[in-house]
Amino acid sequence: QDTQEKESVTPERAEEAKLKAKYPNLGQKPGGSDFLMKRLQKGQKYFDSGDYNMAKAKMKNKQLPSTGPDKNLVTGDHIPTPQDLPQRKSSLVTSKLAG
Amino acid sequence: FLGAGGGNDIQWCFSQVKGAVDDDVAEADIISTVEFNHSGELLATGDKGGRVVIFQQEQENKIQSHSRGEYNVYSTFQSHEPEFDYLKSLEIEEKINKIRWLPQKNAAQFLLSTNDKTIKLWKISERDKRPEGYNLKEEDGRYRDPTTVTTLRVPVFRPMDLMVEASPRRIFANAHTYHINSISINSDYETYLSADDLRINLWHLEITDRSFNIVDIKPANMEELTEVITAAEFHPNSCNTFVYSSSKGTIRLCDMRASALCDRHSKLFEEPEDPSNRSFFSEIISSISDVKFSHSGRYMMTRDYLSVKIWDLNMENRPVETYQVHEYLRSKLCSLYENDCIFDKFECCWNGSDSIVMTGSYNNFFRMFDRNTKRDVTLEASRENNKPRTVLKPRKVCASGKRKKDEISVDSLDFNKKILHTAWHPKENIIAVATTNNLYIFQDKMN
Repeated sequence: QDTQEKESVTPERAEEAKLKAKYPNLGQKPGGSDFLMKRLQKGQKYFDSGDYNMAKAKMKNKQLPSTGPDKNLVTGDHIPTPQDLPQRKSSLVTSKLAG
Repeated sequence: FLGAGGGNDIQWCFSQVKGAVDDDVAEADIISTVEFNHSGELLATGDKGGRVVIFQQEQENKIQSHSRGEYNVYSTFQSHEPEFDYLKSLEIEEKINKIRWLPQKNAAQFLLSTNDKTIKLWKISERDKRPEGYNLKEEDGRYRDPTTVTTLRVPVFRPMDLMVEASPRRIFANAHTYHINSISINSDYETYLSADDLRINLWHLEITDRSFNIVDIKPANMEELTEVITAAEFHPNSCNTFVYSSSKGTIRLCDMRASALCDRHSKLFEEPEDPSNRSFFSEIISSISDVKFSHSGRYMMTRDYLSVKIWDLNMENRPVETYQVHEYLRSKLCSLYENDCIFDKFECCWNGSDSIVMTGSYNNFFRMFDRNTKRDVTLEASRENNKPRTVLKPRKVCASGKRKKDEISVDSLDFNKKILHTAWHPKENIIAVATTNNLYIFQDKMN
């Protein structure tokens, strides 16, 4: 509905330019697979004792890599530690809405 | 925007607020769904901690008819608990994604509640009498010494304080590989659907050990995945018809009479996009977060990140009405992407007569659009406005330029205060609005 001058950029495109300036390696596919795969993998907690022990054996003499900022991404080389996994606690307390 | 007073515009007043006052919100207390039952007498909420709280409207006091009855706690129970699927290394949240009420058939009330993986049918029943005068038991339940029993009497039912019990009657499990986003009860009141990111299943309320898969959009090669199911709903009157929305902004209407597997839609609703406006954000903000049929069944409403659209089921190529919820956010998409707010899933709802639609926004604002007058209003759910019968003051966001007095600038909006869930009483002008951890009830000013 807005009539834009040919030279001026729509607000959305301006925001896109801002984002690409900050993150030049942002995936080429707009929207698309990255978000969807992340959505489908919600809740996935990777700990495989086989992987863990093999990685430990491979890296006997090296420093074990620790987790990056996103602990839930599949990284392959990363060895999860119990500290990485968030505490799960079931809430058997009454809701405050009922208070 | 809607000015105060004037004609037939509704004047909304604060009625009640439920929940803790403190700012430090425990994750479990985050409200994740709100739903009135078919009569509006009951209001259910679900939270991230897997708990359901049901409120019941008080009977109206005929003498003091300042306002309609208040909602008080009727029942509360733990619906779902956290689980861990060891086989798949998958942590299953107990968060209640949706609650849907069954129409009332007898004295008890029934609702379906679901988390990411399991749907449960709950029976909520009242007990207001208990048998007294047993021959072999004392009133406290202890067994009497039989040698002390010298007479026989017939136990009788005596009134007791009302007790409301919730019991799980059916558990519908193990039918979803992906995360359930919707449940919807069919107008036949015998079946219902559950939808996850890639599949939709049809269940019979009596049968828990099997369900029929009616939609499957999983590609053979997951690398080719481009679209997921975001919401699904049965038509309110046609028991063979349902719709599902996608992350690409399309809605598909399916007819279960056409084939067992409804992978081919009967209708595809999609608004053509102007390719010159396409950006990195286009697909993300076009993703539909909610789809709701009108009560009449003639229209459906969809919510995407920035707007609400009304579709006529007879017209697939564009919506008949579009309402901007917070267009001023279009020039903030970069930061909304960085803080993940762009992925927030707002719901929307119709009023009982399908003349007004409502949805939430940020800063604890919520918006209403009157389809007849074409006027809209922004209101705020805040404890500062909590004097009963005081009319809520409309809010205005200043997108740019000079901010007028009483306006709020876009940059001052609190994006942590989101109203994702709202519900409208099926018959009255009573609305339930959920902030992060509080439930607000507003009513129109009577008299």
